[in-house]
Amino acid sequence: MTNAGQVSRGDFFAPSIAKRFAYVGVLAYLAYAAATLGLSLERIQQGVGHGVRFLAGFFPPNFTQSDILPGLLESLQIAFLSSLIGTAIAIPIAVLAARNLMPPWVSWIARLVIIFCRSFHPVIVAIIAVKAVGFGALAGIIALTFASVGFVGKLLSEAIEEISLKQIEAIRATGASFMNVIAYGVVPQVMNRFIGFVAYETDSNLRNSTMVGVVGAGGIGGTLFSAFQRFDYDFVAGIIVCIIGLVMVGEVLQIYVKRVFR
Amino acid sequence: MSSPDTKLSIRHLVKEYVPGKPVLKDISLDIEGRGITAIIGPSGTGKSTLIRCINRLINPTSGEIMFEGRDLAKLSGTPLREARRRIGMVFQEYNLVERLTVMENVLSGRLGYVSAWTAWRRKFDDADIQKAFALLKRVGLADFANRRADELSGGQRQRVGIARAVMQSPGLLLADEPTSSLDPKTSVEIMEVMRDLAAENSIPVMINIHQVELGKRYAQRIIGMSGGLVVYDGAPDGLDADILKKIYGGQDWLAT
Amino acid sequence: MNTSAAAELDRWIRFTPAQRLARFAVFFGLVAVVAWALKTIEIIPEFLYDAPEQVVDMGRRMWPVDWAHFWPVVWPALVETMHIAAMATILGLIMGIPVGFLAAKNATPVWWLNAIARFILVATRSISTLIWALFFVAMFGPGPLSGALAIAFHSIGFIGKMFSEGVEEANRGSIEALQAVGASRMQLILMGYWPMVLPTFWSVALFRWDINVRESVVLGLVGAGGIGMALNAAIDLIQWDRVSLVLFTIFVVVILIETIVTQIRKRVI
Repeated sequence: MTNAGQVSRGDFFAPSIAKRFAYVGVLAYLAYAAATLGLSLERIQQGVGHGVRFLAGFFPPNFTQSDILPGLLESLQIAFLSSLIGTAIAIPIAVLAARNLMPPWVSWIARLVIIFCRSFHPVIVAIIAVKAVGFGALAGIIALTFASVGFVGKLLSEAIEEISLKQIEAIRATGASFMNVIAYGVVPQVMNRFIGFVAYETDSNLRNSTMVGVVGAGGIGGTLFSAFQRFDYDFVAGIIVCIIGLVMVGEVLQIYVKRVFR
Repeated sequence: MSSPDTKLSIRHLVKEYVPGKPVLKDISLDIEGRGITAIIGPSGTGKSTLIRCINRLINPTSGEIMFEGRDLAKLSGTPLREARRRIGMVFQEYNLVERLTVMENVLSGRLGYVSAWTAWRRKFDDADIQKAFALLKRVGLADFANRRADELSGGQRQRVGIARAVMQSPGLLLADEPTSSLDPKTSVEIMEVMRDLAAENSIPVMINIHQVELGKRYAQRIIGMSGGLVVYDGAPDGLDADILKKIYGGQDWLAT
Repeated sequence: MNTSAAAELDRWIRFTPAQRLARFAVFFGLVAVVAWALKTIEIIPEFLYDAPEQVVDMGRRMWPVDWAHFWPVVWPALVETMHIAAMATILGLIMGIPVGFLAAKNATPVWWLNAIARFILVATRSISTLIWALFFVAMFGPGPLSGALAIAFHSIGFIGKMFSEGVEEANRGSIEALQAVGASRMQLILMGYWPMVLPTFWSVALFRWDINVRESVVLGLVGAGGIGMALNAAIDLIQWDRVSLVLFTIFVVVILIETIVTQIRKRVI
């Protein structure tokens, strides 16, 4: 069956020679990369053996330890505050970065800021932040704020660059000030997408806020990491179930908020 | 010299997008304080550029545009915005903010007068809101106040566009081919709405128009442009075949 | 008619009462959550005031960058990161695509299979890369293999979600045509849906590869290989001039890859 599908596809979409070379190149590279990972049958067998013991250790998940709730709440706090602060910083930067509203030198500087914020994984920023402001939630907030500025800034500035300039022209023609042009010409055109970005950002911050704790930047991640280190696997399972639950609740809330603002 | 009745006085207006290639070559015009002035001419002859130079959506290269005691060509910043709010503009493709309601679009005509904070909260003066409703009723869209602009038909959108422009309480109304995207019947309706509203509020109108017949029917004065120059300026009756030939070139199209 | 209209014209309400209530509820909820977060979060003020000084101090120690460190240590680690990202993307696609098809309601009209697939998508995405890495390091020991598996599992959610959305948007007409000639379910997927989601496949693969390079940077922190190992070592040894070297390398690589991905998207897709 698989063969039949492939033959007919090959007949209709015969790839060009250049494409074939590209495919072969990619495949060769992948084979080489796989070889460097140190994969061996013995290792897999061993690993799967560990894994089974590991999974057995997960059951039943342990929810009784008292530091789950404070950890989760701290993760939530980190996620909310960093989304809020990050979005607040990202909005003006995105406006400055939009090439259709700003002179080139302004948008270039703003775009550099966005690129800089986007380049570093939140956990990397968290490590640096921990060194700068010490262990705890503050470092986590700084790290995720950084990421939010990059993410919302990039998407929002792209959304602003795609708006219809005719509507802007009409608002400018009424004698509106720059801020009024933003409020009536730009905001209505990007609002829907903006809410989508922020919702996605909050969701992603929520997931990342469970991770920054591994490097000491607050939240449930720290609890999880130490549970791992003392082989307390049923507790690990309990925490993970809670994280998944939290993210799912977040997704439901997101859908509701999007509907209200549509 | 301009007469005391002159509302807008353009002197030696030149616009070059590319240096050395002027689109507008030394335009001088006086617009009186009433009635409709129609500008006709082939596509690409700078009609739209002329209109947009007046409210400075396009910056003229040189020349003078006197309006209410100020030279618009030299303004910038707040004085320019103050001048702009006295000039209403109607666009070919309506240029409504599509995601806002009809009412918000009409009220956006007041944006030159209110602070960003007021505008953001939609806290316009009661008088403005009453005026907006009156205008909507006048253009036949009273029941559409809370509809979103992108739900309207072309003719309805242009009515909103006109209401927005009149909402500014302008001393001059510019219209850049307001009927070119509309069918013939709707075009006539729009011209009528514009003529009547302008007359009721004593606003002089300057209109770019593609359809010569519509221009002749509604304007008191016709300005024919060709190649960036004014080649005719006078009453609609004076617009004979010779002059049309001079404006548009060729003559085959006149046969019908 | 006219008079009643005039009376009603007196005020202009932007939203219906229900809309206003819903908006108010959302705003109120937001403010309440933020207030709660600000009030109860544990932030030590002294640390906050101290931060600018600390950052300046750190910046000073990061300069001059220890470029000599690049070829012996950072370059091999970087190559390993790239391998991890590539392998993880392939593995993620291999695991994510079937789940994506199972989650798509039109390709798999079995509600409980949809539900299970959707749960897998959310769950794999909710568990972050670092936590997956902790698992696999415990299973397979430290090294790039664990790293590649961690990122592959984390990307199942994203890849599967994009795929199920792509499949659900597929054109019904050509599927029905295949059904009419009596194609089996497997044939439907391979000959009906797959060609239609092929563009999705390439764009998801590229997009995820870009993300995976960024993600694989952190694996080293829990011993799962890559450039993060170099970063971790430098931080542990307080060699700030090497930290700045690693950060700079990451910065350049990430921008490079994003540029490549954007160019490929522009030209091919």
